[in-house]
Amino acid sequence: MMKQYDAIVIGAGHNGLCNAAYLAKAGLDVLVLERNPHIGGASVSRELYPGWTYSNCSYVCSLLRPEISRDLELPKHGLQVVPYHGGVTFTQDGDYFGNYPDEERQLREMARHSPRDASAHQRFEVDVMKQTRLIRQFLLKTPPDPTSFKPRELKGLLELAAAFTELGEEGLLDTLRFWTLSIGDFLDEYFETDVIKAHMSGSGIIGTALGVYSPGTAYVLLHHYMGEVDGSVGAWGFARGGMGAVANALASSFLAHGGEILCAADVRRIIVEKGRAVGVALANGDEHRAGIVVSNLDPKRTFLQCFDAGDLPAEVRTRAKNFKIRGSSGKLNIALDGLPTFPALPKHSPLVLADMHFSDSLARLERAYDDWKAGTWSQDPYLDMLIPSTVDPTMAPPGKHMMTVFVQYCPPTLASGPWTPEARAAFGQTVIDQIAQYSPDFKSLILDCEVRTPKELEDEVGLTEGNIFQGELTFDQLLFNRPFPGYAQYRGPLPGLYLCGSGTHPGGGVMAAPGANAAREILRDLRRPNTVPPGYPND
Amino acid sequence: MKPHDETLLLDTPFAAGVRRACQLQDWGHWKGYATPNAYEDVEQEYFALRNAAGVFDLSPMTKYRIGGPDAGAFLNRLLTRDVGKIGPGRVGYCVWCDDAGMVLDDGTLFHLSEGDYRLCAQERCLDWLHWSALGFDVDIQDETAAVAALAVQGPTSCAALRALGLDGMQDLKPFALRSFAFDGGELLASRTGFTGDLGYELWTAPDHAQALWDALFKAGRDYLIRPIGMAALDLARIEAGFIQAGEDFVPADQVLRPGRGRSPFELGLDWLVDFGKGPFTGRSALLRERQRGSRFRFVKLDVQGDKPAADSFILNKSGKVVGHVTSAAWCPSAKRNLALASLQMPWGRPDDALYAEIYYSRELHWTRLKARCKVIEGPLWDPPRRRQTPAPDF
Amino acid sequence: MTEAAYDAIVIGAGHNGLTCAGYLARSGCKVLVLEANDHPGGLAATWEFAEGFRVSAAHLLHILNPQVAKDLALELHGLKCAAADLRTVALDGAGGQVAIYGGKVEGVDAADAVAYAEFHRQTQRFTKVLAGFCARTPPRLAERGWGDNLALARLGWDLRSLGKADMRELLRIAAINIYDVANDRFENPLLKAAIGLDAVLGSHMGPRSPNSVYGYLHRHLNDGLGGGGPRVVQGGMGALGEAFATAAEAAGAEIRYGCRVVRIDLQDGRVAGVTLADGNGFTANLVLSNANLKTTFLDLVGPANLDAGFVRRVHNFRAQGVTAKLHLALDGLPEFRGLASTDAGARLLLTPSMDDIELAFNHAKYGECSPSPIMEVSIPTLHDPALAPVGKHVLSAVVQYAPHRLRGGWEASRAAFLQTCVDRLETFAPGIGGMVLASELLAPPDLEKQFNLRGGHWHHGEIALDQALFMRPVPGAHRYATPVSGLYLCGASAHPGGGLSGLAGRNAALQAIREQEAK
Repeated sequence: MMKQYDAIVIGAGHNGLCNAAYLAKAGLDVLVLERNPHIGGASVSRELYPGWTYSNCSYVCSLLRPEISRDLELPKHGLQVVPYHGGVTFTQDGDYFGNYPDEERQLREMARHSPRDASAHQRFEVDVMKQTRLIRQFLLKTPPDPTSFKPRELKGLLELAAAFTELGEEGLLDTLRFWTLSIGDFLDEYFETDVIKAHMSGSGIIGTALGVYSPGTAYVLLHHYMGEVDGSVGAWGFARGGMGAVANALASSFLAHGGEILCAADVRRIIVEKGRAVGVALANGDEHRAGIVVSNLDPKRTFLQCFDAGDLPAEVRTRAKNFKIRGSSGKLNIALDGLPTFPALPKHSPLVLADMHFSDSLARLERAYDDWKAGTWSQDPYLDMLIPSTVDPTMAPPGKHMMTVFVQYCPPTLASGPWTPEARAAFGQTVIDQIAQYSPDFKSLILDCEVRTPKELEDEVGLTEGNIFQGELTFDQLLFNRPFPGYAQYRGPLPGLYLCGSGTHPGGGVMAAPGANAAREILRDLRRPNTVPPGYPND
Repeated sequence: MKPHDETLLLDTPFAAGVRRACQLQDWGHWKGYATPNAYEDVEQEYFALRNAAGVFDLSPMTKYRIGGPDAGAFLNRLLTRDVGKIGPGRVGYCVWCDDAGMVLDDGTLFHLSEGDYRLCAQERCLDWLHWSALGFDVDIQDETAAVAALAVQGPTSCAALRALGLDGMQDLKPFALRSFAFDGGELLASRTGFTGDLGYELWTAPDHAQALWDALFKAGRDYLIRPIGMAALDLARIEAGFIQAGEDFVPADQVLRPGRGRSPFELGLDWLVDFGKGPFTGRSALLRERQRGSRFRFVKLDVQGDKPAADSFILNKSGKVVGHVTSAAWCPSAKRNLALASLQMPWGRPDDALYAEIYYSRELHWTRLKARCKVIEGPLWDPPRRRQTPAPDF
Repeated sequence: MTEAAYDAIVIGAGHNGLTCAGYLARSGCKVLVLEANDHPGGLAATWEFAEGFRVSAAHLLHILNPQVAKDLALELHGLKCAAADLRTVALDGAGGQVAIYGGKVEGVDAADAVAYAEFHRQTQRFTKVLAGFCARTPPRLAERGWGDNLALARLGWDLRSLGKADMRELLRIAAINIYDVANDRFENPLLKAAIGLDAVLGSHMGPRSPNSVYGYLHRHLNDGLGGGGPRVVQGGMGALGEAFATAAEAAGAEIRYGCRVVRIDLQDGRVAGVTLADGNGFTANLVLSNANLKTTFLDLVGPANLDAGFVRRVHNFRAQGVTAKLHLALDGLPEFRGLASTDAGARLLLTPSMDDIELAFNHAKYGECSPSPIMEVSIPTLHDPALAPVGKHVLSAVVQYAPHRLRGGWEASRAAFLQTCVDRLETFAPGIGGMVLASELLAPPDLEKQFNLRGGHWHHGEIALDQALFMRPVPGAHRYATPVSGLYLCGASAHPGGGLSGLAGRNAALQAIREQEAK
């Protein structure tokens, strides 16, 4: 007789593990199934070159909800997040724009390019922070259903309305504008200097199949500003040991609560009996049974690949088909023999530890998007480049370095056809060449380079089309629309079926909020006491 | 491309003298500049201000030069008071507001010569100045780094400056300014300050800064002049009842939470708002506030006892919180325990029974004190010499 | 010299200004309309661009509000349609065509036909809600009075009345792009191109731009009110302008032409009257501006009389036109490849696919003209032969993308872009180039000059969600009233934007009357 679990979670990504941990904490008997031989999903640390650790998918940490980290005792389970600071965008004329943690130094650097922009920066920060304050209230909450008259939904809607009303008339209209503006237009209202706008706009497009002048990208910026490190909102940090440390800590917490993880367990099908999800069938023929099945896979993969067509309402299949999950990013992970130099920077500049970019105008960024629309990788891409080994000694041997390069844009398939090894190499070369323009010794330091296109992300991690957020962050797929209208409360179309991945509210990034929110709804349905902490109050 | 200044903390033009004098090495940061909190002893520095003369390096103060054909009209639209009444050679204290009538900052406007102005402010506001300049033919330059400035404040300040060679200084009226030749350049002196006492501010190009510092201390030695740090100045300005951006109000453009800004009326600055002068930013909102009433009242409180009421809640008779203290200090010259406080309307009337909730520690033993407060009307520190012309020697 | 006082002065005799004047006069106000040009209508204008050939700026009537038409009795005052309920035909230039008419589509397979019927049904329901909202002053959202709560409750009720499924769909698509919506529902590229073009015509947007669905709903605003396809006005669109003018005058308004307002006069922060270019002035306590937002505040009121934060908002209003107007005098009737001869008078959309539109848009982002522009074409002479000599024709085309702020400037590029347009037309209608007797291209700067339209934007400003609905044009002036007491906006800058609906004028008048009565 096969063991009957209380719950099975498909996928040991950070959200699956977080979900499982909260279910186990409530006393459920939970099994997590992972297709890969290792856990983590896109939150992994891998030694693909001996001696070097690659955070080969997600690479920095800010969004992870502090309530969850504390509640699941992730520090005790090995997670340490070390903040890093600063950024730099190199310009084509040999100069650069630096972003410093010290406010005055930052203002002086801005004023070097434009005194007016330096002064406008404060207005920009305040206006973005206002939006951040608003959205952060809703991260650890289940979105209400605006079409329902149930008391719980009406209460949720009233809370939403109250949060908006609190902003005052102008503040509320500014919020609506912010949510519908492009990051380019938004920045144009503050800054006059192209390199400053270009530097600031990156957060509006990372992971998104939109350009800097596409409406809605100001909201995407928010998605990168609403995190924190130790209460410093908008700050980012490195997980010591790479992003796998996040998943490992979640897994350790889950195991400590009595959970069970099975790796190399490739779920082929969710078993439906009498209209109810009752278990899963693996590729090797094994079956596992449980009262409920939680999918950490993206909605497209969940509904289109894990079900027999007849088991689901046609509407859900259509919605899943139409779900927008577009690969738009690539990644290079590079083992370096030493620290590359950037002659534009002054000697001993702290900016060598910073986020580096090489796109110095909004037009260049927008053209990079045009390439993606045309079905090719950007010939002049936007890069978010970091050298985590300058902060984290565990990433590379002493004196050696590990570089992570996030690349926007890179399509899931090429206009000319599917990705080939040659195309992938050419894509990697485009990126390396861009960096080498600003760092003459860079190429000679490369010991190993892993090039990842959306295809690798899909093949290895299972993210459809290689979209890092498990679905675009556009308004048809946000809040009560995520992933689909009517299914935004983590419950699937069948009894016993739930979603807990980034494809649900509040979306992607290593946040763990979707997993926690889903656990809260599951425990509610099971009439079990809630184990998920409420969000910190919005003061 | 301009080279980047990689230093973490900037030095003011007076740095050589300041560093020599700052024996305590007690440094603070002011707009990116290293500024002494205290040079040797806060108490002595404070009493220099009230008893002799104190010198404060205010070079980091944000300074904008405003010129061009529409400079006057531009400033009149920017500021709440009538700039037309500040003639050439005069200085005016002023505030400016956003559309909602909330104070962005306060500062002093120097009318250097006909149509040529300098605006000194605590906060940077170039962005706001530029937006305000749309439709005006004005030229706005940030001259913060181009002007070195010293405040010389206290009873012997005039005498010390005369000893420095600034002849006729005694005839300079309050809020007036005059140009002197010094060190082969120009030295501008204004009878202004942040201490509520007789005092002057000196403005010159950075090249003359060192010479000015050295000459001033040489000439002032007999007048018991000494450099003072931020702490002594802060004490003096609280005693004088002067507000400071970031302490007593949050500049409107830095407000995150709705309703945290303050209007000039809510800061007790009614006298700075001139509805009769024509349009200015915030006018409609302030008119509405005049009709509907303000939300807050800004008051000076005389707090019972001698424990400073810093960060205290202000309670009414029934123990309800009706406001909070923004700045507080025991004032050594006025011999009062003063608190500046923002109270909800209608609290803060002369006869209101109010209490400050004060927490203080004695050998780690925390004590909670409910101290009776009395609303003070009029200035607490206001020596006659502050207004006398000619200015007295001590 | 200052003339006798009026109760209200309307600046600009565009259709919204005239509508506004008509409603004000009907309520008993003594109204004066001041127009800089020598004819009424604004963009609803018709003129002779080549000897014997007449053409209109706005060429098709899409969303004239039926209530406005009825209240002003426009038909009684001369509005006649040479053709109504036009078919829309999309052409790909290679012989393919798709025709849309009466909520149905022809030339596609059965699945697309069914999908389009459903799409049309939903569009009708969505636009019915939207049209209701567009016919009212938008309520305040945060600092609400009982009237605002009532209006919001009404909007909520309208939304809920759509039923769960349709309401969810509206909330899903309201802020996304037409590209995804069309791709999700349809296969036929030409059908998708037609829908995509409807969404972006007049806007600095491509079909992939999020928010473009709103552009589609706005263009189809009358679908929910039982309106059919576009109409061609007899005598050209100028006749519509004349009808509005006659209606306003019949209601009691006075219109003066050749009167360019150069200043809105204020007294103690409130409106006192206006001053004309010739130095004459008129006093009134109520001034309604049909001029666009930036003209009204930056030129007529002047920044010095406004709060600086409001000036910043006005300055940041996005109002750079990307739409040009092409007029060709033709020796004969051009033959479009794939177009049935019976459809020659239809509204023709020239673009084979949404990607083609998007590619054309790419250039606009960098201040360039599209090398392969997209067009909405009408040959009005087929319905109204009097617009051209016998046997000759006029081709009128709305052309995108032609950015107002063109890199290198328009003087250097106008002729080249005109040729680009004719070349593009040639690929759809071979031989048309040889038929051209005369031509005219009105680029955004030309529209700006001819129609006093700062930025040369057809709708006075982008109709994108960040400056639509509750937010149009900018917070602080989004309910017709403005920071200047007694001054109202009544043109396309105001809610619900442009498109010859008359709603902005009507709403502004009603709001002004309400607020004046409340005083």
